[in-house]
Amino acid sequence: MDGHHDRDNFDSVTGHSTTGHEWDGIRELNTPLPRWWLGVFYATIIWSVGYWVVYPAWPLLTDATRGVIGYATRLSIEQDLATLRDFRAAQSKGLAEASLVQIKADPDLFRVAMAQGKAAFGDNCAACHGVGGAGAKGFPNLNDDDWLWGGSLDTIRTTIQHGIRFAGDADTRVSQMPAFGRDKMLTPGQINDVANHVRAIAGLPTQPRADLAAGGKLFAENCAACHGEAGKGNREMGAPNLTDAITLYGMDVASLTETITNSRNGVMPAWGGRLDPTTVKALTIYVHSLGGGE
Amino acid sequence: MAVIDADDLPLFAPSKKVYPQSVAGPYRRAKWIILVLCLGIYYLLPFLRWDRGPNLPDQAVLADLANNRFYFFFIEIWPQEIYYFTGLLIIAALVLFLMNAVAGRVWCGYLCPQTVWTDLFLAVERAFEGDRRERIRRDESPWSLDKAWRKTGKHAVWLVIAWWTGGAWVLYFADAPTLVRELATFTAPVSAYVWIAILTFTTYSLAGIMREQVCTYMCPWPRIQAALTDDDALNVTYRYDRGEPRVSVKQAQRLRAEGVPAGDCIDCNQCVAVCPTGVDIRDGAQVGCIQCGLCIDACNTVMAKIAYPTGLIAYDTDDNVKRRIAGHRPVYRLLRLRTAIYAALILVVGGAMIYQLATRQTAGISVLHERTPLFVKLSDGSIRNSYTIRLLNKRPEERPFALTVSGLPGVRIETIGPQATADLRPVVTVEPDSSREIRALVTVPADVHLEKSQPLTFTASDLFAGEIVRAEDHFIAP
Repeated sequence: MDGHHDRDNFDSVTGHSTTGHEWDGIRELNTPLPRWWLGVFYATIIWSVGYWVVYPAWPLLTDATRGVIGYATRLSIEQDLATLRDFRAAQSKGLAEASLVQIKADPDLFRVAMAQGKAAFGDNCAACHGVGGAGAKGFPNLNDDDWLWGGSLDTIRTTIQHGIRFAGDADTRVSQMPAFGRDKMLTPGQINDVANHVRAIAGLPTQPRADLAAGGKLFAENCAACHGEAGKGNREMGAPNLTDAITLYGMDVASLTETITNSRNGVMPAWGGRLDPTTVKALTIYVHSLGGGE
Repeated sequence: MAVIDADDLPLFAPSKKVYPQSVAGPYRRAKWIILVLCLGIYYLLPFLRWDRGPNLPDQAVLADLANNRFYFFFIEIWPQEIYYFTGLLIIAALVLFLMNAVAGRVWCGYLCPQTVWTDLFLAVERAFEGDRRERIRRDESPWSLDKAWRKTGKHAVWLVIAWWTGGAWVLYFADAPTLVRELATFTAPVSAYVWIAILTFTTYSLAGIMREQVCTYMCPWPRIQAALTDDDALNVTYRYDRGEPRVSVKQAQRLRAEGVPAGDCIDCNQCVAVCPTGVDIRDGAQVGCIQCGLCIDACNTVMAKIAYPTGLIAYDTDDNVKRRIAGHRPVYRLLRLRTAIYAALILVVGGAMIYQLATRQTAGISVLHERTPLFVKLSDGSIRNSYTIRLLNKRPEERPFALTVSGLPGVRIETIGPQATADLRPVVTVEPDSSREIRALVTVPADVHLEKSQPLTFTASDLFAGEIVRAEDHFIAP
């Protein structure tokens, strides 16, 4: 059976030399790795030694070897950030120095403020107000022209800076609507009448069984102090205009009953402590420019 | 038993160095003229100036990658108009097909950069090393000082030409005189040097070292060309009806005296000696033949010397050779369905491009509807949609555009940010040769009945030039 083994380390069928290893008459052909492959392999080993020296490589107990050129990804990011800050310095300086009205009037500053404001809005405000400031129930839509606390540049900045009913800021905007039902100031029947009165002044249909006259009287006694006799609201108190087409919590009887019974006191954090004044300015410009600015 | 293993055979024949001999004649002259024209245009065009006004570069042909503009004399292309290049490429392909249908590989033989630069490099080789015989003899002889300096000189000049080729290339991508100054003072951008190096390498290796192998092995066109050609296309053809059998002049006289047919080809091999790709045209049409016509010049020279009629090798068709053998008259059909269709297609595409260029607008508007929120209800019940509008100004001067919107009763538009107005329309000023993005609010009064979505037309009118551009979008309501 070994007829074709004409030499010890040569296999005449394939024309290959063999390694000399043999198992059950099966002999292993000697097919070494290609020389170029080996060459590249050795080169990578040599390369890796150089790499250990030059770059951070070996993990130690609490640290790692640093490498002679001192490279670190963290460092390069910090350099990139520093470059970016330098690049923005001039623009940011312009924003920091100009007043809100000046920014609004200067095309270049306005563009910068809008870009920065949009980014800051996405990072900080969009969680509640939605991307683009579309709002949701209980979170005002910033695109419309109905403002609880005022829609001028200065009032918007104050709101962003100090927040609304925010415990951590002494200058925060404060007002509190009483919980007329929960605190037994009005009976459920009275609340229903007030709710229907509110719908009436908003131009919405009312329930036939509701006593609108009683509701109007109760409104004048309990609500007009803040919302005004005609229900037009009062921005000093953050009291919404009840007669316009925009509502934050709903104008159906059930929502109104809930509002009057338990009150609504939305909270917005003060951003003055978290964001620098320039960012607050940019946010102010952005929100003011969403569509409803006054 | 000697069995040749097919796996061990090389995939193509080992390259045989070609030593093309110099030749004179009308085709050679035509090739020189084309060479001078093509290279002249290539090397000098970047320096041609073209005044476009104060805000734009004055280089006639410039691919301004940094500013995303391409300038070609009076035409300025923006990135979104890159389809003009598509049109140009389609026309180029059709012209190639038409040339092929009329006279075979005209492109390969006369116009292809590979041919033009190889011709130039061969001229340099000839200047340093002499003509065919001398070059063969020197290559076979051992190294000597004479051989060394000739070879060195040749490669040095080749490298200079190659370097200059790369140098001219980068000039198309920046202001040429400025870049030349920067290159000379080593202050040019690194990418310029890198590209010059790349093109130096490709020119030197393709035109100096690889030459005909590029045409035979690398280029796809010979294969495509072979599939596109037909029996009526003129090709450089050896008229074997006249040439065969090949005998010497004296023997031909003797044979003819005996009444035995004799051919006009005296087998002098001049057609092979002058061939830049080293093929024998007498083997018929073949992939290696670039149909440059130099064998025609060589053969005609010989024919004139021995007082035979010229035209043993000429632009002809195989069918005509067969017709002559059969005793028929040759037929030349330049105008046939294939050439007519190619020519018509060229006219159609070219006409469409000229029409596009002539009627293209120098302003543009695109509108993007705001998605969050899709619409806003205002306190008086009116509905507002907001849009991001981009206005394009392709002219070299600043232009004010008045924005209007139409399609719904009582609809009005305002823009966000510092602005002017004209007749109550918001006016957006766009800087020269640039675009501007602006946020716009479109409001429809409460008493207008609105569907969930209705079409809306945005119009931007140039307040001075009067150019008007429009864009369609939708107005969304609850």
